[in-house]
Amino acid sequence: MRTAIGQVRGLGSAKAGSHHWWNQRLTAGSNLLLMLWFVIVLARMPAYDYATARETFASAWRSVPLLLLIVSVFYHLRLGLQVVIEDYQHNESRIVALVVLNLYVVAGLAIALFAIAKIAFGA
Amino acid sequence: MGRRPSGLASHGAGPHRPRVPFTVDEAQPLASRSPARPLSPHLGIYRWGPHMLVSILHRATGVAMAIVGMPILLWWLAAIAGGAERYATFSWFFTQLAGGAIGYLVGIGMTLALFLHMGNGVRHLFLDTGALFELRRNKLSSLAVLAFGATATILFWFYVGVVK
Repeated sequence: MRTAIGQVRGLGSAKAGSHHWWNQRLTAGSNLLLMLWFVIVLARMPAYDYATARETFASAWRSVPLLLLIVSVFYHLRLGLQVVIEDYQHNESRIVALVVLNLYVVAGLAIALFAIAKIAFGA
Repeated sequence: MGRRPSGLASHGAGPHRPRVPFTVDEAQPLASRSPARPLSPHLGIYRWGPHMLVSILHRATGVAMAIVGMPILLWWLAAIAGGAERYATFSWFFTQLAGGAIGYLVGIGMTLALFLHMGNGVRHLFLDTGALFELRRNKLSSLAVLAFGATATILFWFYVGVVK
């Protein structure tokens, strides 16, 4: 009987072994810069009412970094939660949890990017 | 942790019994062992330290921000895009409902989570280079992460709540 491991032996690496690890470090770096920027923007907002919030993020100087932040953070949390799920979930529930995670990330990205675009182009 | 069964320790019984690794001298119970001696590395034998605390906090804060913080950020952005009425609902939930308790709890909780995760994330980037694995530096850097998380959170809310 030819098992799955017998089919891959001797073929070398899949050339993707460090991809997950490296992208988590890259997004850690971009998260660090973008979240520091975001925290400063939040702290320096003159008020937290609707008009001020809309005006703050209508500027391209803030909507573009916010867009980058959303993409970077979602990518980072997608990689991070994948590791958490793989640590605690096994068999079928692992597959279900990973699919739910991917749905959450794609849906969240769509909502955030649409909202940012709508604010920037005049809500 | 309990002692090893005496059956193991009594191996080679007699006044000159050979030294067997991992046996416990009955005359020196574990409770009175010198604290300077290292603990046996085993699943249940360890002393809690700051490096373990920041390790589990890194995971806990990451999960908390991913499943609590991010949905709130999404709600906020959607509320701004959705108009004044939607924004009023968001504002009410965090500043009026239960006397604004949810806003304080989530606001302070999420900033603390962010700064702890951020500090330990930077520490992890140093660890990735092979640095900070010496016992003393590992412990000090863990304590520095905890101190940074608390200080940055206090400074943020001091600026937002008092200075402005």
